[in-house]
Parts: sequence; structure tokens; C-alpha cells
Amino acid sequence: MYTIVEKRQLNETVTLMTIHAPLIAAKALPGQFIILRIDEEGERIPLTVADYDRKAGEVTIIFQHVGRTTKLLATLEVGDGLLDFVGPLGRASELDGIQKAVVIGGGVGCAIAYPQAKYLHEAGAHVDVIAGFRSRDIVILEEEMRAHASSLTIATDDGSYGRHGFVTDVLREKLQEENYELAVAIGPVPMMRAVCNLTKEFGLRTVVSLNPIMIDGTGMCGGCRVTVGGQMKFACVDGPDFDGHQVDFDELMKRNSFYREQEAHDAQHICRLTGGRG
Amino acid sequence: MPNMDPRKTAMPVQDPAVRRRNFEEVAKGYTEEMALVEAQRCLQCKNRPCVSGCPVGVRIPDFIERVAARDYEGAYDIIASSNSLPAVCGRVCPQENQCEQKCVRGIKGESVGIGRLERFVADWHMEHASSAPAAPEKNGHRVAVIGAGPAGLTCAGGLARRGFDVTIFEAFHRAGGVLVYGIPEFRLPKAIVEKEVDGLRALGVQIETDMVIGRVLSIDELFERGFEAVFVGSGAGLPSFMGIEGEGLLGVYSANEFLTRVNLMKAYRDDYDTPIRPGKSVAVVGGGNVAMDAARCAMRLGAETVRIVYRRSEEEIPARREEIHHAKEEGVEFVMLTAPTRILGDEKGFVQGMECVRMELGEPDSSGRRRPVPVEGSAFTLDCDSVIMAIGTSPNPLLRMTTPGLAANRRGCIVVDERMATEKAKVYAGGDAVTGAATVILAMGAGKTAAEAIAGALLGPEA
Repeated sequence: MYTIVEKRQLNETVTLMTIHAPLIAAKALPGQFIILRIDEEGERIPLTVADYDRKAGEVTIIFQHVGRTTKLLATLEVGDGLLDFVGPLGRASELDGIQKAVVIGGGVGCAIAYPQAKYLHEAGAHVDVIAGFRSRDIVILEEEMRAHASSLTIATDDGSYGRHGFVTDVLREKLQEENYELAVAIGPVPMMRAVCNLTKEFGLRTVVSLNPIMIDGTGMCGGCRVTVGGQMKFACVDGPDFDGHQVDFDELMKRNSFYREQEAHDAQHICRLTGGRG
Repeated sequence: MPNMDPRKTAMPVQDPAVRRRNFEEVAKGYTEEMALVEAQRCLQCKNRPCVSGCPVGVRIPDFIERVAARDYEGAYDIIASSNSLPAVCGRVCPQENQCEQKCVRGIKGESVGIGRLERFVADWHMEHASSAPAAPEKNGHRVAVIGAGPAGLTCAGGLARRGFDVTIFEAFHRAGGVLVYGIPEFRLPKAIVEKEVDGLRALGVQIETDMVIGRVLSIDELFERGFEAVFVGSGAGLPSFMGIEGEGLLGVYSANEFLTRVNLMKAYRDDYDTPIRPGKSVAVVGGGNVAMDAARCAMRLGAETVRIVYRRSEEEIPARREEIHHAKEEGVEFVMLTAPTRILGDEKGFVQGMECVRMELGEPDSSGRRRPVPVEGSAFTLDCDSVIMAIGTSPNPLLRMTTPGLAANRRGCIVVDERMATEKAKVYAGGDAVTGAATVILAMGAGKTAAEAIAGALLGPEA
């Protein structure tokens, strides 16, 4: 069992959890992910490592309550255990040597963008962070991002906080003013695609972190295959980071929708009193 | 007097019309009476050709003699002294190409049902054995085994019996490897695998699940932690795709994914959360045992049509005859001499058919089998809403990438000598990681050889 040592609600549908997993904490790097399973009947789901504390032996994950498993996960409390917690999986982001970067996070994707910004910033790079949210009430990790960036710009779709507009509006201005070596974009697929279309115009190398459906996370099932530069890649062994200008985002969006009907149907079966299996 | 019936005692099986919709075991196993009748068919011949056909060298006539004498525990002890997983082998070994192929009775009739007798003995033991054998005295040497599949379990068992302190590191949440994620419940009940694994635990083998070696710990770090030798039995790895258009469509699975969802993650059971969309009309591409398993699982999940699509003819199909026979009985259709050229999708990206071309057999290729060549103008569209690719795997690069000194060949398979030693000191390997996708028993043979080699290396020649 892997014990939950911290739980924090970041907004109504996003939760942060810290898990005691010393071996993984000792090895994890930004860009890598874990796979967890709550209990014997549960699915294996991949979640990106949001933070790690090597000394305390703890790994932090941040997740949105979207499917059956994440909803169930959100009902667990400090002291509860997860049956399985596997990692660190995937290749770490290649961030070494970068002097100046722009990191763009969208919604819960900020949870993944944050450790990358932090890593770059701690390595002495100039890091501008642009974080986009639908509205003020779902802003997450504002303080953490601000503490680990040269600048933080928050944009909201409805203008209720920070800049009114999309991350791409802010990014366009930045790209016109600044000279970056690298853009890192992590968030919903349409956002990553929009960012990539923009950075392509400016010829700026852009790394995206993909989140396809996955089972084992070690290269065994092939469920996480994505098309990058016309080639089939497995996100779990070849990624999850890829050159955003090469990714077939349309295919990724379709593939991620495969179980949506079944998920929606299953989600109705979660007990309304406990949030658990009913 | 031996029983001179030229035919094997028939195996009782579940009615095909019923079993095609359930996941219960197809073959029910011999009764004691059937086992006694079949055991009498063994001639106890002097030169014992069957033993040479067994990759782990089970003393076959000896255990059959014990069955005939109704000493089933004695028979079990004989099998278990050379085979770590008898209940598994009795079910999934391709005996017809191994021990039974060499059986003298096979010359003028059917060979002795060695596999069926092995299964009977193993099942008898599981049902009747009073207690697990005590763990042998430890010799103070520690060995790490990577992967709890057939190779790793066998290597661990062989070492534990010699007193080694063995820890298996398994990437998945359950031990068994292909025995739990690949081979379906109706061919190999998972409770059987669990009991075999429990038997290893009783010998003192530690199993650490959720451990992806190469990520969480490297092989070099295992040595730093005090392990004196490492056996790599990490399995076949990445599923292959054909490289044709449409393989990213919704409803295209690798056999590994499809079978893992069904077998390991129990998508066929309502009490598990694993989603699956098996489709109403399923095309399985490939002709091996994995293709048969995928097709028969799809049928059991409620598909109306399941077709095996294979580019050669039924004569060349590599699956076991028994699996083909069972699949046909269950209504799986065989579309032979056919190769997919493109998978077709609708506007939402769901599979709606597969473009294929008819093949004919030309000259033999390097494998000795006649090479299939496309028939010009024979293109047609096969109706289907799911496609399962069961065309093999390529080795997982993870350990290779993270272990300096571990040599691999051009295909990515780990290079070993005849003692299963890799080019890296104190590291041994076996099973699909070395051979590419092969059988359970070959992997077990490699695990057994490696256990002997490791024991020799750590204890010196007197062992």
C-alpha cells in the first residue's frame, strides 16, 4: 500500500495528493509519470508527477475529477492507501542547458507545466509562465508558479481574473517581444494545438506532454500510440514529451474519446453518498 | 499389459455452443479413471524419446508410471523436481511439437496424452496436498529476477530450491507475466497461476510488484543493493503494428492491449472498472496462439462475427492445432491467404472496415515457409468495427537503454551464451527478451538453465 500523506483541494474539481513512495521519489524527474490503481477492481491510470521530495520520499500528483477512477480517488483521505503506485515512467523532459523558455499551462495542465518551469528556473533559466483557465474560481497553483518563474501571466477565458483571453493571446505578445529557445505547452489538446500553430509561425521549438489512454506504461500494450512526424510512437516509452510541431493532435483527440460513452455510463454508478462504488 | 488403444483418452470439454460466451475453462481435465486408463498407454520404453522433447527435461515415463500405480503425489514430486509450473505446462505447452511428438505410440496411432496427465497430476496435487514443502535452508546468496513470467518464475524456483535468497521484481501489479495478462482464463484459470506462484512464495521467493526495473532501479543499482546475480526475464515487449493506414483509428487494438484489458484487468467482469469496446464484428490479424486467444476472447465478450485474417494458408498457420480447432468450434471464421492493406474509418474515427488483398503462396522464404504474394486485382473490403493486431512484438528497449554493457542483437533481443549469461558480468537473461515471442515452456527452459548457471557461478563447481 502507498499511503496518502497530504490532500489538498485546489479547486472544485482538481485535487492535489502527496503519496509516500520513496523509491519513486528518489528517481522522478519533470515530465515523468506514475500509474496508480486504487484497489483490486480499479483501472490503472497514468498521472504526471507534479512534484517530488526526495528527502521525505514523497511524490505529488494533481488530478481533475473526470472519470470513475479520478472521482473515486478524490474521495480518499490522508492515511488511506493506494494499492499500486508505479513509476517513474516515461522519459524525463530534456530541459538541461536551456537559458530562456516560455512555459504554457492550460487548466489542470498547469500541474504538469509547473514542475518543468520549476526545474528550469532552479537551473537558472529565465522562465516566463503563461497559465490559462476558464475563470477565476478554477485557478490553481498560482503561488507555486509565481515562486518558480521569472514572470507569471494568468489569462482567463471570461476575464474574471488576470488577462482576458486565451494563453495564445498572451503568448503572441511574448513571442513578438522576446527571444526564447524553447516553449513547453501542457494542457487540453486544443490548447496545445493552438500553441503549436502559433510557435510554428515564430519557428520556436515547442515541447508538448501527451496524455493518451494507457494501461501498463512500460511499452507493452501499445494503447498510448500517437503519430509524431508521420511515425507511430508509444507515449509511455518514447514520450510523453514530443515535438509539438510534429504531433497529430486530431488523432490524439479522437483516440482519447474512445471510452467516453462507457465512462459517462459508469460514472453514473458511483454512489452519490460516498462517491465510492455503489 | 499396457493399454493398446491407438487413441488418446478424450479430454472432456465444455460444449462449444455454451463456452463461446463464457470465460470458464474449456478443457475440464481428466478424472482419476481417465488418467489411469491413459497412463496405461505408456510403454515405459527404454530410450524415453519423450524426455528429450521436453525443454525442461521432465522424467515423463517415471511420473506416468507413478500415475498408473495411483501414487499421484509421487508423480507430482517427479514432475516438480524439474518443472516449476506443472499445472500451467499441462495446460498451455504445445506438447504435440515436443514430448508427444517424440512418443513411440505416436508412430502407429496417437501419442500418450502426456500433457493431459501432467495437468491431472498437478491439479490432483493442488486439490489434495496437505501442506506446502518447507523452504530450503538459505545459502546466504541473493539473486534478483526481473519479471515474474514463465522464465523468471522458473529461474526463481530453481534458485530457491538450491537455497538462494531470491527476489522477483515485477512491473505489473500481479505476478505471472503472460500467464496472467496474455493467456485467457478459459485456457489457464488465474487461480491456477496464483497457486503456482504461492508455491514459489512457500519456497521463500519474495515477489515485489509495481517495480519497473530500468526506471525505479537500474540493474547496477540491484547489484549495489547486495544482489550477486541478476536474471532478466522481462518478456516480449512492444506490440508490432503493420504500418498500414488507419492503425490509429478507434477500435484498433494490439493483441497485448486487448488481452491485457480482458485477462489482467478483467474487463469481462462487471465488478472491475476496466473499459473495453470489443465490437460486434471483429477482425484479428495474425495466425499465432495470441491471435486465437484474442479471437476467442472477442467472441466471449459478445461479438457476432469474429474472423482470423492470415496472409498464408491454414497449413502454415503457427497456432496450436488444438487452439484452431477450439476457435472454429466456437464460431471463429478463418479468412486465409488475406492481408490487410488499409483500415477504414468513419468521420468520428471509428473503424468501419478493412481493405484487404488476396494472397497466393510463392517460393519458400528464409523461414522455409512459402512466401505469400498479393494477387493482382483481388482487393476487397472486409466489414468490421474492431481490428486486433496479433502480429508479434519487438523487445522492450527499457533495460537495454538503462544498462551499460548489456548487449542486444539487431532485433533488440538480449544476447546470451548457452548458459544464458549476457555480455554483462553476473547478468543472465532468458525467455522472450532473448528469443523474441516464443512459448511458455521455452522461456521456462531458459529460466531453468539460467538458475543452474547462476548457482554454478555463485557456489562454485561443486554445486
